Parts: sequence; C-alpha cells; structure tokens
Amino acid sequence: MHTTPRTPGTAHTSRTPRTPHIPRTLHASQASHVSPADLHASPSHVTAFDDSASFECGTCPPVRRFDVSLSIGGDAGQGVESAGAIACRALMRAGYFAFGMADYRSRIRGGTNFYQVRASDAPVLCHGDPVHVIATLTRDAALTQLGNLARGGALICDESVDLGLDPRPDIGVLSVPIVSIAENAGSKASMNMAALGAAMGVIGFSIDALCAAIEQRFARKAESVVRANVQVAREAHEYVSGRLNEGFPFSLPPVPSASPSPSRILLSGNEAFCLGAAAGGCRFIAAYPMTPATTILEWMAAHAADLGIVAVHAEDEIAAACMAVGAGLTGARAMTSTSGGGLCLMTEACGMAGMTEVPLVIVDVQRGGPSTGLPTRTEQSDLLLAFHPSHGDFPHIVLAPGTVQQCFEAGYRAFNLADRYQCPVIVLLDSYVGGSLVTLGRSCLSWNAVERDRGEYLGGYETAPGTREISTANVDAIADTASTSTADTTGGGYLRYALTETGISPRVGFGHAGGVHAPSTDEHEEDAHITEESGVRVGMMRKRMRKMETALANHMRGPAMYGDAVVNGDVDVTLLVWGSTLPAACEAVALLAADGICANVMHYTDVWPVSDMEAPLTLRAMREPRQTVTMRVPQTATTPEPQIPMDDATGAGNVGAPGAGGMLVAVEQNYTGQMSLIHRMITGRAPDLAVLKYDGRQISPREIADGVREGLHRSRKEGAPDA
Amino acid sequence: MPDTPFDSKQKPVWCPGCGDYGIMAALKQAFASLGLKPHRIVIVSGIGCGSKLPDYLSAYGYMSIHGRPLAVATGVKLANPELTVVVVDGDGDAYGIGGNHMIHTARRNMDITHIVQNNQVYALTKGQFSPTTEKGRRTSTSPFGVIEEPVMPLALALAAGATFVARGAAFDPRYTAGLMAEAISHPGYALLDVLQPCVSFNKINTYEWYRQRVYKVEDRSQDRSQGRSQGRLADDSLGDRKPDGDQRANSHDSGDFHAAMKLAREWGDRIPLGVIYRRTEEPYHSSLPGLARGPLPARPLDDIGADGFARLLDGYA
Repeated sequence: MHTTPRTPGTAHTSRTPRTPHIPRTLHASQASHVSPADLHASPSHVTAFDDSASFECGTCPPVRRFDVSLSIGGDAGQGVESAGAIACRALMRAGYFAFGMADYRSRIRGGTNFYQVRASDAPVLCHGDPVHVIATLTRDAALTQLGNLARGGALICDESVDLGLDPRPDIGVLSVPIVSIAENAGSKASMNMAALGAAMGVIGFSIDALCAAIEQRFARKAESVVRANVQVAREAHEYVSGRLNEGFPFSLPPVPSASPSPSRILLSGNEAFCLGAAAGGCRFIAAYPMTPATTILEWMAAHAADLGIVAVHAEDEIAAACMAVGAGLTGARAMTSTSGGGLCLMTEACGMAGMTEVPLVIVDVQRGGPSTGLPTRTEQSDLLLAFHPSHGDFPHIVLAPGTVQQCFEAGYRAFNLADRYQCPVIVLLDSYVGGSLVTLGRSCLSWNAVERDRGEYLGGYETAPGTREISTANVDAIADTASTSTADTTGGGYLRYALTETGISPRVGFGHAGGVHAPSTDEHEEDAHITEESGVRVGMMRKRMRKMETALANHMRGPAMYGDAVVNGDVDVTLLVWGSTLPAACEAVALLAADGICANVMHYTDVWPVSDMEAPLTLRAMREPRQTVTMRVPQTATTPEPQIPMDDATGAGNVGAPGAGGMLVAVEQNYTGQMSLIHRMITGRAPDLAVLKYDGRQISPREIADGVREGLHRSRKEGAPDA
Repeated sequence: MPDTPFDSKQKPVWCPGCGDYGIMAALKQAFASLGLKPHRIVIVSGIGCGSKLPDYLSAYGYMSIHGRPLAVATGVKLANPELTVVVVDGDGDAYGIGGNHMIHTARRNMDITHIVQNNQVYALTKGQFSPTTEKGRRTSTSPFGVIEEPVMPLALALAAGATFVARGAAFDPRYTAGLMAEAISHPGYALLDVLQPCVSFNKINTYEWYRQRVYKVEDRSQDRSQGRSQGRLADDSLGDRKPDGDQRANSHDSGDFHAAMKLAREWGDRIPLGVIYRRTEEPYHSSLPGLARGPLPARPLDDIGADGFARLLDGYA
C-alpha cells in the first residue's frame, strides 16, 4: 500500500471552509498568565497542518513526497538494534528525516527482535505501517514480519532460508547470501550489516553514506572490525543493487543537498528529557534500573563529571524517591526515573512530598502492565496510578509529553512546576516516545527557550544572588539565640507553611541561616509543628489543595487542538489522545480525510490538574452519546488486512452521528480507557467511541483510521442517522 | 544538663519517664560540644514516638515515613555534604522496615550518624513486638510468644560494612552524649544503638533490667587525632568512660573486627556499651564527580551554559 500524500482537508469539498474558531474557554483561564514561551511551545489553539512553526519540530504532519519504511529482523543478540540505529543516523546525515523504532524482547539472546526505520523528506514522528522492505537474519523473523509488508514490497533473507510455499504472491522475495558474505569477511557476527546493506540497497540509499555511518558507530572498535563490518554492508548492498528489478516502487529519491545537514539531530524522548532536565538545572538523580527508563539514569551517570550531576543508583525505588526528596529539601533540583512497577513503590514517597510540600520530579516511562507485564513493550496504562499516586488528598501535577520535542520541554518545565507548586510532578512517557529515534532540527531543543523559575524559593545554604531573603528581623532573632539559650529558637518566626492566598508558602532550602524548621509528614501548623487540631487541619488542607487552583489558573495547559478542519461545527470526528499517540493521530486525520471523514485531534499534555472549563466549545456542541462502542484493535497483525473484532455494544440507541460537532473518539493504549474515564469525570463528556490497543505495540495511523471507520460504520448501521 | 542553642519551648508528647528525653538531651549536648549551629544540622526521623524528636529541638529536621529516613538523609547529604546529617529512629523503623536501607547506607559509608532509639517494642502503635524483642515474649501480635530470633543490630551493621558501631543508653545521657559526639565526628556511617526503656509498653526491659546487665567497654585503641571530625570534643569529661568492674576484662580494641563481632553478639546477662568498632574510610560523597563544583543548591541552574548545551547536542548530530 503505497501512501499517496494528499493535502489534508481537501477531500470533502461539500462544505465551505471557514476560518478556524479559537475556543474562548481555552484562553479565558490562561489569558493573563500564559507566557509567550508557553504559547509557542504548545499552543492551545487549533494548529493547522501547514503551520510552519511546528514543521521542524514535527508536530504537524506535512505533505510528503515520499515515505519509505524498512525493517531489519533477527534473534536478540544479532545486532538488529545496532543496524537500525545506524540506518537512522545515515539517513539523517544524508538529509532525510528518519524515525527508528525498536521491537525487542525481555531477553538477552534468542527470540525475534526487529527494528523499523522510516524515511521521508518531511518530519516523521511515528513508525510506518506497513513497511516496504524487510531484511531478516532468521526464518522466524521473516515469518513473523510477513504480515507487515506492503503489497509490492521486498522480503530479503539469507539464501539458505526456506519459506515453504510461496507465502505471499504479492511481494518479492530476495535471497541474499547474507551468511556467506559475513563469513567471507571473517565475521559472522556482522550478518546484521549484510541485512542493513541489502535493505538500504533495495531502497536506493547511497552505500558511501551508509559506510560512513557504520564507521562512526563503531569508531571505538578495532580497525579490523570496522573494516569487516563496512565490507559486509558494501557487498550486500552491491549484491541487491545489481539484481533489483527496475521500478521498485519504494525507493528514496536523492535529496537536493548531498552533504550532511548540520542543523539536525537524532535522539529519543528519554534523551530529550535528560537534555531538558539538565538545561533546566537538574543536578540530582537517584533511580533504580528498570526498562524502559534505565537509559535516563545511565545518561545522567555518564554526565556526572562534565555537567556536575550527582547520579545515584539506589538500592530500590523507594530509596530512590526518598533520596530525591532529601536532595530537594536542600534546594537542589532533584528527580527520579522509573517505570510503572517502580512508580508503585514510590507512592508513599509521593504522598510524603505532597504533604511536606517538597518538589519532586518523577519520570514514569510506561510499559506493558500489569505487574511485570511486557517489560520491553509500550503501553499507556499508568495514567490512573499517576492521577492519584498516594493515599489521601494532596496536590500533585502530571505531564504527558507526546513528542520528542515535548519531552525536552517537559524536562525543564517539570522542575519549574515542582518548584513553583512545591509538590510531586509526574512526567509520563512510554517505551515508544522514550526509546524511538526521531530526526529534529536542532532549534527544536533550544537553550534560549529554557525557562528556569524557582517560584517562591528563598534560597538555601548559600543563598544565591538575586533570591529573596527572609526578613532581617527573623535572621537577627536566630543570630541572637545562637549565643543565648533560653529564648524560643523554634524557627525564629519563619513560617514554612504560611497560609497564603495562592496556597504557596515561601520555601527555604535546608541550611538557610534564618529558616530553621522541621517539616513533618504528620499534619502540621504553619510553623511546621505537628498538630491534630481540626481547624488547623482544615486550613492546611485547603492551603495545599489551593495550589492546584493556582496552577490551573496560571500554568497548566488545556488540550491542544490540531487539524485543518473547522473546529466549530464541521468536524465529523475529534480524536481524543494523550501522550505519545499524537503523531499517529495527526497522520490518521489525513487517512480519514481521504475517505471523506473530517477529523481533528485534541491532545492532552497536561493530564492533571485539568479544569472542567478546559473542554473546547466543540465538545459542548457534541451530542450526548447513548452508548459507547469500544473497538479493540487487533492484537496480532498476521494478515495484510486485519479484521477488527467488534465488542457487542450493549443496548440500542443512537450513537452521536457525524454532523454537528461530530464524534469524540478516544485513542488510547490501555484496556480501561483511562483517559476517557478521567475526561468523563472532569468534563462530564464520555467519548462516543474508544479505539484501544493494549498488545504492547504502538498504534499506527492506519490502525487508528481503521478503528474510526469501523466505529462510524457501526454507528451509522445501528443508530438512526440524523442530520 | 546545661541549656543549648538547640532548646525549644515545644513540649514533647512523650510519657513521663520515657527514654527519649534522655536521648534528646544527650543529642543536644553532643551538638553543643562540637560547636555546631542549628541551621547546619539536619535531623531526619522515621515514624514512631522517638521520631517526633525533630519537632522538639531547634535544628533543621524532617519527620519522614516509616523506615525511610536513611534514604531521605542520603539525599540531603549528597546534595550538600557540608550539612551535618543525623538520623534518629526507633528499632522497628531502623532494623525492621528500614533494615534494607541500613545495610546499603552502611556499606556505602554514607556520612550519616544513625541513632536508634531501641526500646524493643512498637510503642506508638501500643505494644507489639519489634525486631529486637526477645524470643518468647507475649504481645498483642504474638499472643503465644514471639517465635523469631531477634535482630542483633550491632552485628548486622558490622556485617554490612559499617565503619563505626557503638551502643549507648538513654539512662546515661552524659555518657551517651560523648558517644554521639564521636559518632557525629566520624567520617562515614556511624550506628549508635541506644538502649531505652518504654515505661508504657515494655514492662520487662526496664531501667532496672538494663542496669543489671550493661557494662561499659574501654576502647583502648581510641585515637582522637584521626579522622575528619567536624569538631573536636570540647569537653573531655563528657562520656565518663571509667569502666565498670575489672578494667582489663572490659578493655577492647575497636579496630579489631572479630573482637567487635564477638561483642556485637553479646546480649542477655551482659550487654556491652561503648564503641564496639571503628575504622576510618573515605565517606561515599568524597568520590562523587558531581560534587566537584560544590554543594548542589549553591550552583546556578544554568551553569551548563549555551556552549556546553551545544556540545551536548553535537553528540546527537
């Protein structure tokens, strides 16, 4: 299935396009407090698909001239990921936009892994579906991936592999002497380079550019090893180039400039988050290795010396979170990183930070649950846990960046929010956005865009220049009591938990000469001493929770809307998404437009606190659904045209028909529809349709579009269509 | 005991006769003897009667969650090693739920003083047995008698690699203050197990029960000039080290690990007090490259700089 690019929004010509209407509710609560940087980074107005400001950051899928995907598969331990990463880097340096996605197992050797690479002339933020070339090192890998191959695509495997009966008549099978090419070079371990060379040869990518990338990747290895790997890739590349039929439909046109583009970078969401955190002043991390978050701790540990970061590999996640709180008490910006199982262990520490009002940034890179689940696979099923990450009522914030650029921004924004609101900030990533490689313009990760705001922080041990002092009267009182001993030295009057209108109490870092106090996880008074008095308790609870209203009014963002479609009235479908499904949803809009379905995307990056006033006008115009049809996307793709199993909808009645306002379709990677539940709880509006995928693989634009189409089809069949 | 800058008007909720009064008094004396200032001290506690101690004296403190003060204290110390960090918690908090953190904090030689208020019972929850309660004791959660062997905290600490292990007693605050001062001065993890009665919920291990059993070891290998003390003992009369009974019998070389382990396992009719083991090692934080530019909170948030950031991005080009 060759993707035919179409300008989104042009398919339905029956309606007169109107100027996009900016929902006023989205702006009303933010108008006075949104900084220009906030607006630029994630506009809460409709972002049209040709918005050039977002082009390089890849937020909006533009028109593409070409869009080619390849996949390299083999056993764990055969270097599949290495080959894929090299391909991405080679493509980027040659001037293409590359996206790389690993699919690997929770084991060190054996089992089938594959790495998917997508290349285009425009930013690509999600994987391609289907792929056009598959290069495999094993028979198992070939059979597993056959269903992902497009009609007319190429399957490359070693000449010794017997695929049995012709598995698919609509593809081409290329037998390549992968094993003997590798053995001839004296290095059977470099079979992955043969697969890489062959795959890149099929799509017409320059062998010289590929070899340069191989040399760069293996620069630290012995020269003989590098030479062998390059030789293997070159031979495989030449082998297929010589044997390719003319007119292989999926190839890369050369880019105008042959020299590497110096203004682009290739990195993952985890790496982008680390860059944002470091740029924002994070200097302490304590964490425990857990897939897929381990690379965050490793990044920080690698930069301990050059960036001056204290990176502690703690004995467990409980210790990690508690250490981060301890560091935060001194005024240092501190974080921890983990996945769902580790967040579970951190829940008590979360409550501790919330109760004692200590900034704490926790990154949860979500993976398949529950329990040990699918350690190397992706999911979005920790939302409800992050929504209420400890017992009792306490303030906290949850962010869910959806793209690599948003991960960078979340990196420093999380610490700003934690400092301003003196509470835990959970940043939800997932295996997909955290680990996939994305090509971005360097300007998307801009040092100048980084804000560093400490809120009401008064300084600590050595009060940095420019921070505010506690009143001199207090400082003198402390100085006096240092020499006399009969005066009451309890804090000298500093009220750590002063009741304020915003709920935010000015905070000292431990060590500040004028701010001696001792917070307690027990309920406490303004001066931090323990209390059980009901009046004080009520005042303190209100003060803490008031911070969330202040956050909502000043710094939390409502959902961002994307799409060319007119927001108010002419939309058939609004895709409700959060986190990493944004890019696929945006691409699905174009696929749906080709079928005459007009869609836009509503994307949440701030999932808590959210306001019931944040729902765009378009939602209010939507009709109330009578039933929710839940589509569960097929769990295995073994055929080119997978059938979508339908859940029997209970009850009869009209589902909101396309028309005024359209359908609200939630797209999520979890079983429960966790965002749908929260959204309904807060706004009163349940989605009309939920497209849910929870097999550990990231949903693709095609799967979203298929799910929406089927849902619309069912609703038209069952409901009485209404204009 | 004399007044200190750490005194507070806050009235403790402890029962009259509670050993925590003595422990707190000793701690304040120890701080004063070392010339420490309230705003340079951080006392992290857990959960329990004794863990309310930071509420009752004047210094930075943090009453955390059950079993976790060592982890919080580690974060404080590593972010700013120039603060004096002390952990105060009970035997359940330290040796039960917190046992794992104790092992790792000890083997890291984290520069934290760990004072354990050991009354062999869970008092705040009203009298259940604790990790140090003797086998056979009947309590509400052991109505047929405890069937577990109790933890030997000093031996556990030694096995975990602790570089300073000692035991004090709440009913001899002057002596214990001296031990506390040594523990605080010790460069690294220092465990001070402090025996105390619980007048409300432990009717067996009373003042009298202890007095019949404890004796003080004389540390003949003590070398006061060594180690990175944060202050010297201001008053040598603190810590009354006249050994009880036969001086030779109670003499001990605190540098001898095996002798220390023997003492650490001594319990029952004879319970040794004093410094059981000490050894000078580099504390954990002295090896951290991240601290080369000084305490973390004192550094500007943007000290990577635009050029440094550009170099980071170069790595992804």
